[in-house]
Amino acid sequence: MDWQGQKLAEQIMQIMLLVFAVIALVAGYVLGSFQMMMIIYAGGVTLTALITVPNWPFFNCHPLNWLDPNEAEKHPKPQVAVSSKKKGTKK
Amino acid sequence: MHSFGYRLNGLLTFSLTILAMMCAIASLSDNLNTPSPSAEIQIMNINWFQKQPQGNDEVSLTMNISADLQSLFTWNTKQLFIFVSAEYETPKNSLNQVSLWDAIIPAKEHAKFWIHTSNKYRFVDQGNNLRGKEFNLTLHWHVMPKTGKMFADKIVLTGYSFPEEYR
Repeated sequence: MDWQGQKLAEQIMQIMLLVFAVIALVAGYVLGSFQMMMIIYAGGVTLTALITVPNWPFFNCHPLNWLDPNEAEKHPKPQVAVSSKKKGTKK
Repeated sequence: MHSFGYRLNGLLTFSLTILAMMCAIASLSDNLNTPSPSAEIQIMNINWFQKQPQGNDEVSLTMNISADLQSLFTWNTKQLFIFVSAEYETPKNSLNQVSLWDAIIPAKEHAKFWIHTSNKYRFVDQGNNLRGKEFNLTLHWHVMPKTGKMFADKIVLTGYSFPEEYR
C-alpha cells in the first residue's frame, strides 16, 4: 500500500464501523431485539475487515517511485567530514 | 496502517471500543421505558402458626399471587427476578423483612401469571411477636439487563394480619 492508500484505508475503516454501529443500534431498538443488533454489528465488522485490512490494488493508486539500483550507484551518499570533529572531542 | 497486522489490530480495537459505547447507549435506552406493573396477593389459608421450641414464632401460609409485569421488559432485559417479602414492626426491630417466595421470569410472555403456592422459605420471627400482628406483603422485582444498569422497584400491599392465637 502507498501513503494515500493507508490514509484511505484508515478513513474507510473508521467510517464504516461507525455507520454499522448506528445502523445496528437503531435496528435493534426498533425491532426490540438485542440479538439483531449484535448480528448486524458483527457482520459490519467482518465486512469492514475484508475491505480495509488486506492489501487490495485500489489502495496502491499513487505508487512510490523507488530509485532503480543502477541509478543509485551513480549517485553515492555524501560523506560526513570526520577529521575536524575528532580534534574537538580529544580536547 | 503500515502492514496487515497493524490494520487488523487497529480495526479490532476500534470495533471493541465502539461495541462498549453501543452497550452503554443500549443501557441508557432503558430509561425511556415507563413501566406500569400491577400485582395482587391473597392469603388463602394460614396452614399453621406455632411457637418453636427455641421460642420463635413460625407460620406457614398459602398465597395466591397474581401479577402483570409485562411492561417492565425492554429489548435490553435478560430476566426479571421477583420475590415476595412480609414486612412488619416489632419492639426489637423497627423493620422486619422475611422473604417468602421468589421466582425468575425469563421472558415477557411469562410475566403475566397467577400462582397458588405455600411459602417457599420458612417464615420465622425473631421472638414471639406475631400473634395479632399486622403486616405488609411486598412484591419486589429486579429488572436484570443484558448490558448495563439493573433497576429494582416494588409494590407494597397492606392490610394483612396474623391470627390472635396459635393454631
